Amino acid sequence: MTAAVLFQKVSRHFGNVRAVDGVDLSIAEGEFFAMLGPSGSGKTTCLRLMAGFEQPTDGHIEIFGETAEGVPPYRRNVNTVFQDYALFPHLSILDNVAYGLMVKGVGREERRKAAEDALAMVKLPGYGVRKPGQLSGGQRQRVALARALVNRPKVLLLDEPLGALDLKLREQMQEELKSLQKSLGITFVFVTHDQGEALSMADRIAVFNNGKIQQLGTPEDIYKRPQTRFVADFVGSSNVLSSATLAKLGISAGAASLRPEAIQIGTSWAELLTLSGTVVACSFLGAVNRITVDCDGQRIIISAPAAMPVPEQGANITLAFSRNDMHVMEQA
Amino acid sequence: MRSDRSSTPLSLKIAAGAGLLFLHVPILLIFLYAFTTEEKSYQFPPPGLTLQWFAVTWNRPDVWEALLLSIKVASIATAIALVLGTLCAAAVSQTRFFGREVISLLVILPIALPGIITGIALRSAFSMADIPFSVWTIVLGHATFCVVVVYNNAVARFRRVSGSLIEASMDLGADGFQTFRHVILPNIGTALLAGGMLAFALSFDEVIVTTFTGGQQSTLPIWMLEELIRPRQRPVTNVVAMVVVLVTFLPILAAYYLTREGDQIAGAGK
Repeated sequence: MTAAVLFQKVSRHFGNVRAVDGVDLSIAEGEFFAMLGPSGSGKTTCLRLMAGFEQPTDGHIEIFGETAEGVPPYRRNVNTVFQDYALFPHLSILDNVAYGLMVKGVGREERRKAAEDALAMVKLPGYGVRKPGQLSGGQRQRVALARALVNRPKVLLLDEPLGALDLKLREQMQEELKSLQKSLGITFVFVTHDQGEALSMADRIAVFNNGKIQQLGTPEDIYKRPQTRFVADFVGSSNVLSSATLAKLGISAGAASLRPEAIQIGTSWAELLTLSGTVVACSFLGAVNRITVDCDGQRIIISAPAAMPVPEQGANITLAFSRNDMHVMEQA
Repeated sequence: MRSDRSSTPLSLKIAAGAGLLFLHVPILLIFLYAFTTEEKSYQFPPPGLTLQWFAVTWNRPDVWEALLLSIKVASIATAIALVLGTLCAAAVSQTRFFGREVISLLVILPIALPGIITGIALRSAFSMADIPFSVWTIVLGHATFCVVVVYNNAVARFRRVSGSLIEASMDLGADGFQTFRHVILPNIGTALLAGGMLAFALSFDEVIVTTFTGGQQSTLPIWMLEELIRPRQRPVTNVVAMVVVLVTFLPILAAYYLTREGDQIAGAGK
């Protein structure tokens, strides 16, 4: 099957800055693909390379089997939902949504109908007569989505589309985007710096750092089996155990990751590995307590259910965890 | 903080009133003498009022010639300024390139230079290049400062049109021309109209640059200057002055309201 988006050794340099540096990736048709990374990691530049706003310095890009280098944005069957939504302030909501059809020469009546259907799809029926300035952030976000989807793109690109929304709205939009993507079957490529968002929505995630893909895999892969220290740290603040700590456990490896929620306090079964340490800090986070423990210079963070008794600061405690929850990393 | 009305000292009120009178009474006097019955010397108060000078002015071919030339020059200079000013504003506000700040300064410079410098410079340049003085040299002279006015208006508006609007338009399938027509022009339209009107008004009553760049042609302000030196039917000049004030004042007023309204439109989107 042809990939929806294919990158072969793609680089984009701005002067001396290697914003994207030799990226290989292949996004399947109908996939919900997330590009996750801190700001400046190259994920947005990758999205702009797909949209055609940037041209690669080096490498090859294909969109549904067709070479994309040199093809301007307006000749690509790809649409973008912009971070600031970029709604046209001088046009009504209906004209905003119908814009893509208007420039393609679709008749007035037909494009009005299509735009109204698209607005209904994003749950804003009857909002067509308003101007963008009269809508809330969440509503503008839906209009931006409708404006892109009305063109029936083969790939929809979303640049941090939920970044400007408050938490509750964001969670609601996450579910809606996911179900919209399922029902339409369009390939979604999503850029975010929020690991929770990527984990909950994407079929596959590419974790970016310094213009390179650090790891590409399913959310479970990324979360449970981080391949690099950066991924372990960025995706859910894993503990990274040093080789000295691993030696105490009888394991010979450079580094290993261990999730905070995989560690128990005080229990000691034969099949579990144990470490002892001193409690350095405790903080209450609602559903869980976050306990920081010092084991001979190795900091370990534990996230314990709030129902469990909280150890005193300075107390010596035993940490227990299963070997299976530990993931030895290929590179430190 | 707004000071209370009653707390303004009376002396300040009088000073402000006197200042305004000093500025505007002479203009009213010019209007008044357009209606005087006596044409040799401007005695005050006028011995009588009449509308006959409007008819006389209407029948003077030299007035019409000068008026039409002024309108022609102002229109062409404004048209040139609209094209060049918009292109320049687009380049400076939407892209980054080496020397951008220098170019933006150089574009604004002609309006800061005294007209006489611009005039002498252009005159010697035209002579050196063997370009005969004509309507077109006047148009070129006027265009130098008209471009600035259009540029200043357009560049301020361009800065508010975010780059992502243009990208969004391209993304939705619009090529460069469609993007300009459907996204850029509606967003900068009122600024261009305002800039164009200001440019027209500036060109319409320009004297200094015109004296240096013109040949035998006289635009309306030049004609008035000549009339003051060698008057015949003196109040005709006053009638023409009234017309010039109206022709330049109305566009400037319109430009003021247009840009103000534009601010409100742009502000509503934020």
